[in-house]
Amino acid sequence: MNVVKNIHERKFVSADPDKCVGCQICEYICSMSTEKAFNPLKSRIRVVRINQLINMPVTCRLCENPPCVAACPRDALTQSEETGVISVDKDKCNGCGWCIEACDYGAIMVHPDKKVVFICDLCKDKGEPQCVKWCPEEALDMVTSDTLAQKARITAVKKLFQEAMTKTEKP
Amino acid sequence: MFGYAGRILLIDLSTGKTTVEPLNEEYAKKYIGGIGLGMRLYLDHSKAGVDPFSPNNPLILTTGPISGTMWPTGGNGHTFVSKSPQTFGVGESKAHGSFGTEMKRAGYDAIIIKGKAEKPVYLWVDDDSIQLVDASALMGKSPGETEDAVREELGDYYIRVAAIGIAGEKLSRIACIINDKTRAAGRTGLGAVMGSKNLKAIAMRGTRDVAVAKTDEFMEYVKEFHERMKGPATQKYRALGTPENILVHNSLSCMPTRNYRNSRFEGAEKISGEVLNEKYVAKIIGCSSCAMRCEHEVVVPEGPYKNTMTRMEYESLWALGPYCGVDRLDAIIKAMDLCNYYGVDSISTGVIAGFAMDCYETGILTQQDTGGIDAKFGNAEAMVQLVEKIGKREGIGEVLADGVKFAAEKIGKGSDKLALHIKGVEVTGYDLRCLKTAALGFAVSFRGADHNRHGAYAFDVKGKVNRLIAEKGRGKLVRDMEDVYNLIDSFIVCKFSRGTYYKELPDMAKLYTLVTGYEITPEDLKKAGERIQNVAKLFNIREGLGRKDDNLPYKVMHEPIPDEGPSKGAFVTQAELDLLLDDYYESRGWTKEGIPTKEKLKELGMEELMHIIEPKVGA
Repeated sequence: MNVVKNIHERKFVSADPDKCVGCQICEYICSMSTEKAFNPLKSRIRVVRINQLINMPVTCRLCENPPCVAACPRDALTQSEETGVISVDKDKCNGCGWCIEACDYGAIMVHPDKKVVFICDLCKDKGEPQCVKWCPEEALDMVTSDTLAQKARITAVKKLFQEAMTKTEKP
Repeated sequence: MFGYAGRILLIDLSTGKTTVEPLNEEYAKKYIGGIGLGMRLYLDHSKAGVDPFSPNNPLILTTGPISGTMWPTGGNGHTFVSKSPQTFGVGESKAHGSFGTEMKRAGYDAIIIKGKAEKPVYLWVDDDSIQLVDASALMGKSPGETEDAVREELGDYYIRVAAIGIAGEKLSRIACIINDKTRAAGRTGLGAVMGSKNLKAIAMRGTRDVAVAKTDEFMEYVKEFHERMKGPATQKYRALGTPENILVHNSLSCMPTRNYRNSRFEGAEKISGEVLNEKYVAKIIGCSSCAMRCEHEVVVPEGPYKNTMTRMEYESLWALGPYCGVDRLDAIIKAMDLCNYYGVDSISTGVIAGFAMDCYETGILTQQDTGGIDAKFGNAEAMVQLVEKIGKREGIGEVLADGVKFAAEKIGKGSDKLALHIKGVEVTGYDLRCLKTAALGFAVSFRGADHNRHGAYAFDVKGKVNRLIAEKGRGKLVRDMEDVYNLIDSFIVCKFSRGTYYKELPDMAKLYTLVTGYEITPEDLKKAGERIQNVAKLFNIREGLGRKDDNLPYKVMHEPIPDEGPSKGAFVTQAELDLLLDDYYESRGWTKEGIPTKEKLKELGMEELMHIIEPKVGA
């Protein structure tokens, strides 16, 4: 029962592409707060701009039964049962990249200097994810899959009843 | 070094030889970075009188000390400096986006590109690895297409690319250099200098860390500026964006319309920033490290130009709209997209189209000359066709693509009186006849007609001075603004963020010290801004420009504003211009001819450049 409860409580960093402007401040603050340097290559969150209209940062989703953990041939990756955060054992990891291949989101990267992989840990030492705290557009949020579903549901219904919505909004 | 990368890369495209030199620390402190450092380096790496298209004319690419950090708006800038094929003096242009930040991480404060490649190439800067890659398959592609193709070829989506379009390949003197699809180093024709070197693009990848001197205090300051960025100082840019100016300028009757035939546009309501935002703006995005975001992306929802997507700002909107008498936003957006596609400066292109329409209406150009285009003012399709011809340098575009000055020389028949340029660079969206502080700023701008060298229009538009008169004291107003603008373009922060520096120089000095670790006072910084103005002036003097070039277009001085309203009858007389120039030169400590004195250069610590003025003022 405990496990099921955890899935519903686990929060991860999620981005709202409607709000994201592609400014990469999440990347800068991530590398600064984790490695004391400005360098997007050392950020655990990366922004993708497909074209000027489509901007979205991507980071670890704390998947249930994470494929990255299963893929690691050296058992270097483990998932915390409590938070869902995936941690990397730097002594075991040899940077082979199987986990990178297994991740559907591209949320795992090989560290440019250390040659081991690194993954978002929700800034566990700092109390809260710094990217969420610093995002000037409030495009990043800590969510559970339940709150995400709720948000999506409400947006979908609002869209369906767009006309009625505008009527009610204008008194 | 902190902030600075500490290295300069030199490339000779003729031989393929590359050299890395340490950044001269004295230059860094004296000229900051960006345009200041670029212009100073230019003087060391070029000879007087060089042709802009000669292999011996270096193209210099610089970052600033702030580039690569997460400073809001400041992390991402870069500048190009060279001798301009339009002005034959200073050519400089700045762009934001994400290219500059990548260059800093690659480890360069400046890249000096000399020579000419035998065949079309692109420069691939991958940290310390420098390669010239065959670009024959990229020829004819737009800057945006080139960016995609280079990323594909090199196999890394995060590579940043600055490229020229077909206009740069064909050496059109209004060609620009574009990065991140919509961000242009637009003015002074440096895309053509790049084209003359057979250099199609510069691809950049940097993996180094960027560190600042005082990290904790810097991050506190960043946080503070994130708050300021959300405040009133940037409200305009975050909301309607610069197109807000359309109705503001129109109500003041200071929006040049139909190639300066009028100063207000009856169609302004149809193309206002308000309408643009309501009907066309699909998304507002930001550059790397920006906490303000200003880039208004527009999409045409219907009609012949349906689904055209581009970025839109006041200047381009004005040039392609009111300046051509065009009141259709869909056509203006299409034309803007074409400018980016072919790689031409959209301000210059719109002004050239307006010039061609004026020539057509006065009978100087016929429908035969235009290749069948019915180039009447207000004909939206004709405007789009002209832009297409200019971009491709085809038909009438062959005559027009070098800007109005060169076009008028080719066309003759008195068309020079219809050519609105200063030092060969086309005017921008401020009617100089009724904005006399701005008129001075434009006349003395070292890169030709431009609002971005001084921002002096603000005094006029905001009513801080009587904009209709020329009087003593305007020289100092322009001078002080120039010094700050020089710093903005040398730190490389965004001009849209200038209002967030509440205390201006003290705030900027604090930023510089936190980043670089060099203690600098606001007074030192002010002096650096002045020094940069002087080095630009020396550049122009060395290339033969003088007081005669600090001039205003014919129409500004001879055709009073005809429109009813607050600006009626306004124009600038020769006596007024002389008064303004004298006042400005005096406040700068320059001679009547606008030459810096030896005392001034000594005061600014520029003794080593005195040889440039000696032929003028004596040894």
